[in-house]
Amino acid sequence: MMIETLFPNVDWEKMWEATLETLYMTGMSVLITFVLGIILGILLFLTSKENLWENKLTYTVTNSVVNVFRSIPFIILIVLLIPFTKFLLDTIRGANAALPALIIGAAPFYARMVEIALREVNKGVIEAAKAMGAKTSTIILKVLLPESMPALISGITVTAIALVGYTAMAGVIGAGGLGNLAYLDGFQRSREDVTLAATIMILIIVFAIQIIGDFFTNKLDKR
Amino acid sequence: MIMPFCLSAERFFYWLELKGPPGARFLQRKAVTLIITLFLLGERKVADIMITISEVKKIYQSKAGPISAVDGVDLSVGEGEIFGVIGYSGAGKSTLIRMLNGLEVPTEGTIDVNGQSVSRIKGRKLREARQSIGMIFQHFNLLWSRTVLENIQFPLEIAGVPKKERTRRANELLALVGLEGRGEAYPSQLSGGQKQRVGIARALANNPSVLLCDEATSALDPQTTDSILDLLVDINRRLGLTIVLITHEMHVIQKICHRVAVMENGKVVELGDVLEVFRNPRQQVTKRFVKEVSQAQESEEAMQELIKHYPTGKVLKFTFVGDSTGQPLITSLIRKFDLEVNILQGQISQTQKGAYGTLFVHLDGAESQLGEALQFAESQQVKVEVMA
Repeated sequence: MMIETLFPNVDWEKMWEATLETLYMTGMSVLITFVLGIILGILLFLTSKENLWENKLTYTVTNSVVNVFRSIPFIILIVLLIPFTKFLLDTIRGANAALPALIIGAAPFYARMVEIALREVNKGVIEAAKAMGAKTSTIILKVLLPESMPALISGITVTAIALVGYTAMAGVIGAGGLGNLAYLDGFQRSREDVTLAATIMILIIVFAIQIIGDFFTNKLDKR
Repeated sequence: MIMPFCLSAERFFYWLELKGPPGARFLQRKAVTLIITLFLLGERKVADIMITISEVKKIYQSKAGPISAVDGVDLSVGEGEIFGVIGYSGAGKSTLIRMLNGLEVPTEGTIDVNGQSVSRIKGRKLREARQSIGMIFQHFNLLWSRTVLENIQFPLEIAGVPKKERTRRANELLALVGLEGRGEAYPSQLSGGQKQRVGIARALANNPSVLLCDEATSALDPQTTDSILDLLVDINRRLGLTIVLITHEMHVIQKICHRVAVMENGKVVELGDVLEVFRNPRQQVTKRFVKEVSQAQESEEAMQELIKHYPTGKVLKFTFVGDSTGQPLITSLIRKFDLEVNILQGQISQTQKGAYGTLFVHLDGAESQLGEALQFAESQQVKVEVMA
């Protein structure tokens, strides 16, 4: 009763559908961003100065790409990527159509965080692994990643929260989700209660991500 | 020369064409056998060398121009030896030890460890060679994300040892370093000394032939340092492991090393048995290090004060080395001569190859007795110096 008087115009079925869309877009893009960001971050770290694969050219190129994509405002990035998305998925509508922009927007951001996390790994431990006769792949998988895992997880938490925001913006190109609902049903029809309800849903999602992220960060940190 | 000898001793002697009457020939044969035995012993000694460093230089390029970290070092370390390198920071000792497992590559010269030319090999060969060279570090360098047991297993994982065998071996090593029951702990839950014990266990996992210790006790308190050093000596004796350590603490050298090299400005300025270096330091830098542990300076200053209180008689300084530290010199002096013997100050330091000590005494009595006593003392295996 209470809910109905507070939110007279909210269609809860639609709201739930939009929430699932937002969760889907966030989940998929976080997953792919995590993998892509780690690969890019490792590349940045290893090719940087005085490191295992020190290579000025690779570092400069990767670094520039990361900087460029990190600098473009997301709303512009979406528009810029419309032809690419159309080519890739043959449509620019729906939750899947938002994914390329979400990932390309977030992966460089996360890659930078991965690079910073890897720099924090104790150099002595890397040297110890080398002294034991470890290959570079062993050093990556068994030293660099495990030793930086708390920072990698807290980084992806921050990125995931940013991605929730991005999915709302992705609503502009008809990707659906809570952002889309708040804009079309709430703002354009002047139904403040719909906007408020969508905002509350987004807040719940963000809080949940933060709590889950903090839990794993603390659990993995044995320092 | 050995080949024909191996085929047949008879033929070898024939080949040497030994001539003369049978008696003389017998002696000749004895002589030849002796020479060959000595030759073979010499051969054996060559084979016993574990590490050879020859004419090694390491030059770093910096903005201010080239910096020579290691400048022409020649050293060899025998199998089963505990070899110490001491020097102040910047002496090049750290660069030197890191070249022994290829963490640094020498600019010039060669380094052989256990028959592998570590200064030349690369890639897989170098990684395999590294598996038989353990290393421990000043800051332990354990993986905080792994438990103690998992840390010890890490080098075994690198070597491709199956899981079951890894667990067995790690538990065995845990017992060896005296950390039974702590296998499931994380490094952050251990004290410094315990962390270094894990470091040692990890370094020993692949049964290395050499253990490199990079300032392994410099971050530990004196008591923990001693317990870690005792563990290293124990491992050296039990496993016959060759140990090379670098340090800036003479105490470490004195306590566990057989031989020592003193480094300054990238060069080895003094090299020898620890006992010999302690008794007879030649270079200024070595004298400073020796004083650190023997506190000779302090005692000599105190001595000058003391001497003023004894206007008659003589003040002597006895320096004992090795077995002579066990001699009842003072008892003999009192029994044999009509003298008053007054012990002013004394100290004995233990090293791996025996003890080293100094004793200051004041002797008073008739001039003739004093002279004889001095002669007697000098006839013993004791270095005598008349202070006043």
